[in-house]
Amino acid sequence: MFGKLTWAAIPFDQPIPLAAGAVVLVVILAVLVWVVVAGHLPYIWREWITSVDHKRIGVMYTLLACVMLLRGFSDAIMMRAQQAVAFQSNGFLPPEHYNQIFSAHGTIMIFFVAMPFVIGLMNLVVPLQLGVRDVAFPTLNSVGFWLTATGALLVNVSLVVGEFARTGWLPYPPLSELNYSPGVGVDYYLWSLEISGVGTLVAGINLVTTVLKIRTKGMTYMRMPMFCWTTLASNLLIIAAFPILTATLAMLILDRYLGFHFFTNEAGGNVMMFMNLIWAWGHPEVYILVLPAFGIFSEVVSTFSGKPLFGYRSMVLATMAICVISFMVWLHHFFTMGAGPNVNAIFGIASMIIAVPTGVKIYNWLFTMFAGRIRFTTPMMWSIGFMVTFILGGLTGVLVAVPPADFLLHNSLFLVAHFHNVIIGGVLFGAFAGYTYWFPKAFGFRLHEGWGEAAFWLWLIGFYVAFMPLYTVGFLGMTRRMQHYDVAAWKPWLDIASIGAGLILAGIICQIVQLVVSIRNRAALRDLTGDPWDGRSLEWATASPPPVFNFAFMPDVTGEDAYWAMKRRVRQEGAKEPDYKPIEMPRNSPTGFVCAFFATSVGFALIWHIWWIAILGLIGAYATFVVFAWRDHDEYEIPADEVARLDRANLAARRELLTAAGSL
Amino acid sequence: MTATTIAHEIPGLAEATHEGPAPKRIVTGYGFWIFLLSDMVMFSCFFAAYAVLLGQTAGGPSGADLFNLRNVAIETICLLLSSFACGMASIAAEVRNHFWFQVSMAVTCVLGLAFLTIEFREFADLVARGAGPSRSAFLSAFFTLVGCHGLHVSGGTLWLLTMMAQVFAKGFRADILRRLLCFALFWHALDIIWVAVFSVVYLLGSAV
Repeated sequence: MFGKLTWAAIPFDQPIPLAAGAVVLVVILAVLVWVVVAGHLPYIWREWITSVDHKRIGVMYTLLACVMLLRGFSDAIMMRAQQAVAFQSNGFLPPEHYNQIFSAHGTIMIFFVAMPFVIGLMNLVVPLQLGVRDVAFPTLNSVGFWLTATGALLVNVSLVVGEFARTGWLPYPPLSELNYSPGVGVDYYLWSLEISGVGTLVAGINLVTTVLKIRTKGMTYMRMPMFCWTTLASNLLIIAAFPILTATLAMLILDRYLGFHFFTNEAGGNVMMFMNLIWAWGHPEVYILVLPAFGIFSEVVSTFSGKPLFGYRSMVLATMAICVISFMVWLHHFFTMGAGPNVNAIFGIASMIIAVPTGVKIYNWLFTMFAGRIRFTTPMMWSIGFMVTFILGGLTGVLVAVPPADFLLHNSLFLVAHFHNVIIGGVLFGAFAGYTYWFPKAFGFRLHEGWGEAAFWLWLIGFYVAFMPLYTVGFLGMTRRMQHYDVAAWKPWLDIASIGAGLILAGIICQIVQLVVSIRNRAALRDLTGDPWDGRSLEWATASPPPVFNFAFMPDVTGEDAYWAMKRRVRQEGAKEPDYKPIEMPRNSPTGFVCAFFATSVGFALIWHIWWIAILGLIGAYATFVVFAWRDHDEYEIPADEVARLDRANLAARRELLTAAGSL
Repeated sequence: MTATTIAHEIPGLAEATHEGPAPKRIVTGYGFWIFLLSDMVMFSCFFAAYAVLLGQTAGGPSGADLFNLRNVAIETICLLLSSFACGMASIAAEVRNHFWFQVSMAVTCVLGLAFLTIEFREFADLVARGAGPSRSAFLSAFFTLVGCHGLHVSGGTLWLLTMMAQVFAKGFRADILRRLLCFALFWHALDIIWVAVFSVVYLLGSAV
């Protein structure tokens, strides 16, 4: 009846996951009870869960990322604590638990923190920057988000029901084959990523179509803000790379469930094929994450330097060059696995070449700042912190791209330090810069500066204290994923690293406090005009938060930095009252949420071999789509009066600001 | 600002003006094309796996021992004819002819089902002869690639029936026509993939 699922799946004998799971469960239940009792349920259902508004979906993606960051970080701090105490002892985490923690940490941080964070920001901002009312496929957008949330949910269910994979963030066979990992851990991993992978693919198709086909009048390619370009490049990579992940994991699923022989040791299976396939996805994935961050830095640096982006066209070229070259370097992830010197040399050189366009970008940001009137706001501080940190991470990357050096550093903590250096220093700092920069756009008030700066400094210093020692122990020969060790020379460095993790924890606490303080002081931090930073692109041309239709009338773009030009024109010529017209917007739909419900059932059922639930779930998912396809009215109309009322209020606030600025 | 001055500002960039968002039909078709491309990327992984594992028969039967090219030829004819019928359905939808639309779709469906029946019998026969997917890595790759195409055809058949019902119930509405466009693209794309399956799996495979 319930397949492999019995009471034995609940880890009653392991206090740490059980207590953590219980706390999370209590928190979720408390929130649910509060929502229902306080009568917020209809509001949340109507305005968020069933929303197909790209801004709402963007906010939900980002919220998911922030919550999962807490989960991923608690794994991180447990690992650092374990390695600080596990010198000639077993520490406090038994090996089978420690292995689950590092696997879950990597999986969660990449798939359920970094990915939803950047996709959330792209969703929120890109249609606004393009001057349009929504993405290409609004309902599909909601489906994509909810499938991502399904994946995150399944990974977290594994905390209390069964176990998670012990095979690392990429499940290398033959360890991940049924013979060596008979439990449900790898199955949790596989089905979570298959389901959320579909969600990511949907988001990618949606955003590419949006950028290529849905732009306002006059918004030619070479006038798009840099963030739109990096969004395009990143989502093209999603479309080309994520199907590889889906196919590869499907092969591993077939091996595990039906006794196929893709990657097994026997009957002709080929383990190296897994390495090649998974990294043919895995390396572009790195750029899927970091390209949007590059876009965010471009926007932030240009805005807070009060200058157009330096070398816009070289930036576009660099972005697209990275997009292409990122598919030609995958083999550098396994130089040591016997491809031979000639192949290694080619991929080593390709890996060094890809640093060139990235270098172009760094110079462009520096020259944008050069002779600008720089305002050192929190987003700008994240950007400068990024430039310094990312250069360091990039350089260690070029170092491990040299095959002979890689033979020494492969799988050492040097490598761990390198990719944290680029992912924290690049992606996460970028995400935080974007979060602070666009928060007023999403919610109508700014985040508190003081707490934001404190968080920045704690994160920055914490990062260096936590990861510079890992470079050192890497040189001292320490390999990654060690549950305990006997080398006395490593111990002090790992102690320092754990202090760094503590500093990062303090940074995260500052960010939580910042959010609470900002919400409580929102009246003082209110953004009345919709343009709190004196911005340059079109997202600042509408109110904060924007009305559901984004723009009362579609802007007409005549050059780069569209909103900057508009502001200048209005100052010279004065604004004209536009001719308001009614606007058609897509209706809300629970399709995404219902799909996610069935996807969760199917995923859970497949993990535990409960076949009848899986079949019912698939039928349910099909029925959901038919019901969606059968509806007769997919749009509703906002009357011209309502559009005019909302827009006039915002225009009045802007005029007031312009008058207050006096001579301007 | 006139078009000429802009073109002057950005030399070599012909598209200096942009008319605004594309109409819905274009957007939907474009998005679906991108989906099809991603689907082809997925198939290409299975093709690559097949190519890598082709010789890995683990002492078991190889393609030359197993493949019945006469069967495959019949399958191919069924699928190509179904693509033709699908094209006829698109034309019928274009001229809003309910009768011929339903007839063409029904023919498409029957041919699709015939294809699936032959494929299923081929699979069942192989398993019965002890050449199932767990026999060797070569057979794993074969069953996965061909089976993945078969699953696509099955899903496509379900979609086809849904579209027939939808046109019957709601007529040729704009949104339904957009879905028909996507369905037709999907069905023809499966044909293209089958041509590759036919050449790579069966023709090249039976040479080994």
